[in-house]
Amino acid sequence: MSPTRRDFIKSTAAAAASVAAYGHLALDLGAQTLPAPAADTAALDLANLALDAARRAGASYADVRIGRYRRQSIATRERQVSGVSDNESYGLGVRTLVDGSWGFAATSTMTRESVQRAATDAAAMSRAARIVRKHRVELAPAKAVTGTWITPVRRDPVDVPLEEKVALLLAANEAAIKVPTVRFASSSLSLLREVKTLVTSEGTNVTQTMIRVGPSFQATAIGAGGEFQIYEHEIAPRGSGWEYIESVDMRGNAERWAALAAEKVSAKSVEPGQYDLILDPTNLWLTIHESIGHSTELDRAIGEEANYAGTSFVAPPEKMIGQLRFGPAFMNIRADRTQEGSLARVAWDDEGVPADDWLVVEKGLFKDYQTTREQVARIQKLTSVSRSHGCSFAESWNRVQFQRMPNISLMPGERDLTLDDIVAATDRGIVVKNRGSWSIDHQRFNFQFSGQAFYEVRGGKIVGMLKDVAYQSSTPVFWNSMDMIGGPSSYWVGGSFSDGKGEPAQVSSVSHGCVPSRFKNVTILNTRRTS
Amino acid sequence: MTLQGSPTADGPGLLTEQQARRLADQVLALVAEVDDARVNIVSEWTGNTRFADSSISTSGGMTNTTVAIWVTIGRRRASASTNVLEDASLKRTVELAATLAKLSPEDPELMPELGPQTVRETNAYVQRTALLDPEMRSGAVNRAIESASAAGRSAGSIFTAGYLEANARATAVATRRGLFAYHRSTDADLSVTARTPDGTGSGWATGGARDWGQVDPASIGRIAAQKAVASRNPRTIEPGLYTAVLEPSAVTDLVPLLAGALNARSADEGRSPCSKPGGGTRVGEKVMDERVTLYSDPSDPQLLGQPFDSEGLPLGRTVWVENGILRNLAYSRFWAQIQGRQPTGPAFAGGMALAGGTKSTEEVIAGCTRGILVTHFFYIRSLDQRTVLQTGLTRDGTFLIENGKVTRALKNFRWNESPLLMLNRLEEIGRPVLTTAGRLLPALRVREFNFSSLSDAV
Repeated sequence: MSPTRRDFIKSTAAAAASVAAYGHLALDLGAQTLPAPAADTAALDLANLALDAARRAGASYADVRIGRYRRQSIATRERQVSGVSDNESYGLGVRTLVDGSWGFAATSTMTRESVQRAATDAAAMSRAARIVRKHRVELAPAKAVTGTWITPVRRDPVDVPLEEKVALLLAANEAAIKVPTVRFASSSLSLLREVKTLVTSEGTNVTQTMIRVGPSFQATAIGAGGEFQIYEHEIAPRGSGWEYIESVDMRGNAERWAALAAEKVSAKSVEPGQYDLILDPTNLWLTIHESIGHSTELDRAIGEEANYAGTSFVAPPEKMIGQLRFGPAFMNIRADRTQEGSLARVAWDDEGVPADDWLVVEKGLFKDYQTTREQVARIQKLTSVSRSHGCSFAESWNRVQFQRMPNISLMPGERDLTLDDIVAATDRGIVVKNRGSWSIDHQRFNFQFSGQAFYEVRGGKIVGMLKDVAYQSSTPVFWNSMDMIGGPSSYWVGGSFSDGKGEPAQVSSVSHGCVPSRFKNVTILNTRRTS
Repeated sequence: MTLQGSPTADGPGLLTEQQARRLADQVLALVAEVDDARVNIVSEWTGNTRFADSSISTSGGMTNTTVAIWVTIGRRRASASTNVLEDASLKRTVELAATLAKLSPEDPELMPELGPQTVRETNAYVQRTALLDPEMRSGAVNRAIESASAAGRSAGSIFTAGYLEANARATAVATRRGLFAYHRSTDADLSVTARTPDGTGSGWATGGARDWGQVDPASIGRIAAQKAVASRNPRTIEPGLYTAVLEPSAVTDLVPLLAGALNARSADEGRSPCSKPGGGTRVGEKVMDERVTLYSDPSDPQLLGQPFDSEGLPLGRTVWVENGILRNLAYSRFWAQIQGRQPTGPAFAGGMALAGGTKSTEEVIAGCTRGILVTHFFYIRSLDQRTVLQTGLTRDGTFLIENGKVTRALKNFRWNESPLLMLNRLEEIGRPVLTTAGRLLPALRVREFNFSSLSDAV
């Protein structure tokens, strides 16, 4: 347990509750999890050859990542399979630090000549970069580590027979299209197995196998007069095995989900205005991701993403750490790469730094950013944290690693309130469930999010379904308007299977746990009448 | 057997047509007891340089060749791919595809693979783009940074960040029925963001083409810095409906989003803005301002797209909208057969151009009495498929236009607008310019663009 975790437990009365809350993310796997494979020895030889070549080419530091990625996807619509694919990608990437500048080269040709050439190419890129350099890269210390790790799973989803996967999806579609007016139903599975070996010039040698699953379900109802409504259910993607897909019970739930599409057709179109907004965790996780997850990335705060994803309002660090009031005193945001079942869980990051957990927001105050080794020195004097938080990640062997988001979660409140309790305490409000359209500006101020199912609250009761709802606000105003949150038993973990950042663009997978929460006087738009 | 070429003095080592054909033949020969098979090969090189705070932060290079095999057994089809090109791995991948196909349910919509086709080759490969090495990229980045620093000097020490990427790619499609198509292309893009030291100004500019020689780093750096300086201390004006002048980059962010609306099947099934109430499609109806003509054409010398799609279907010129009239929808081979139409491939697969006007962006601004100039957009997301309504933000240079002149900087806005409806509210269409490889789009002046709320982001 890291000091930050201990601090958190000491500092919040919700500690016991929060630990309990994590319990129900994990499935009971018992001792039946798969063993972690070791590195392929031939591949290790190539990695060491590349490391030697990098050193000879002048690298003061080098790391070599070998990745083998197996991505399988199965998509279905109504009674047919609309696509089945299975992709394998294998290769090696070398990162070099020469005279304080990075270089990176990658190849899919796994021969001695080719990997050595990649190493010398990377060093040549480091040297070419020196002519445009204001800062030298300095890496925070990290102990050399060795070992293997695998996502705890009982059944590797890639190895589950295709018939079983297809049967599950088609059964879900079949149940959905039984609902009158539901004309279309689609469902899919995205499955990933990532086997990654990292070897560094400092002696680290680790091999990890990450397994992730991403199910989806969508139904479209068409009413009289041709109006159509789509309902997409929020089935969280997870760093889990096939047993998680089974636990979701798409087959058993599909009819109920599809009925929501049908109900939406005749739902009342929302009257725009100011409402108390009650966000279900199935919607709130994405708002946390966009407004807190991305704004507290240190690379954004110091301008490294300025040309693409943007910068951050949580900048400059010297005016923010310990000073920015992010939200009310009961707001605690935890960053974590150790959370079981989460998408960003690893044992070590792509620099070999052990997974960490720490508080980003404590009692409503901004406390710390997300970091990699080269970023630590930028804020060490402000945070007194001398280690990297272990946020380095690359989507593939052919992309250079950089700072990516850990799991970022809103911790439960002290009282064990539920969504129903919050509704009962609300006079005029709207409940939003599941992810809809989302958009946020390049400093993470102004955002506009939608959902999939919306309910009108009057006098403490849900009085009916709404449609065409979007909420719009500015991050600091929004989080400071939060006045009620749910407790441990309402904690739920959502996540994004593919979050984009960087140039060239890379995707990562990240989870966000949260509880239902209420926000006062939020602007609600009608998306139908907006144009 | 060397299947992956090595970088040489005259190129990044992409598979040649002959090598691609040999690889395709090798893979197809491994396919046994199936009814149909297709191979898709992509051999690619990329070189990139990223910078921030006037320092190169990462520079990378990558070569890769991927083979995807599509196997059909009866009416069952599946694919598998690998980039491990050893015989054993190719064999395993072919077998995996066959296994997946056998396990897949029958697809009533399955179309047989294509036999030999006549493809009109386009010359989209430019050697100097494929030879853009790390030193040349560093030099180009340095020119962009120096030019930005000089142009922004009046505001102090300008912060610059940006990205240069060059790509070379060879793609091939082959079927057991004798189809073989091969295409090589290159593209390069440089974008620069400049920010003023007081944190109140941000500007951006980009350039992209198949030919790196058409990209001018110094000019891109200069424009980004000029916009940053001019956008300092932005004024707040009430959100609402304003005339907007969208620069070609902003138009490139919005108009390609019409692709989904042009899907023929969605239109026929009543799920699209191109559906006619009560059934059928709106083909033949006026759907946009009569000055708008929207087309795809891989052979157009300014677009130079890939002249075939992933199934090997030749892509020709398709006029989607002509003088405001909806002329064509995008038909897959299956849906074309059902509807008795010619398949088109996906909308805009053969590039996209919006023709119509002759005026420069400056002239489009000059004709505006009062309006808002938009450099580009950010974080665009769909709100309503029925109207193609989108939301997003303005970014890196949003200005007030008064009496034909840019008069001052404005705070950024969130907007809610539909490219389809917007193209019905046109005041002016500018001269199309190449904004990136395969995109030829003009500046537009649009009435009543819906700027819906303010953003504090700089």
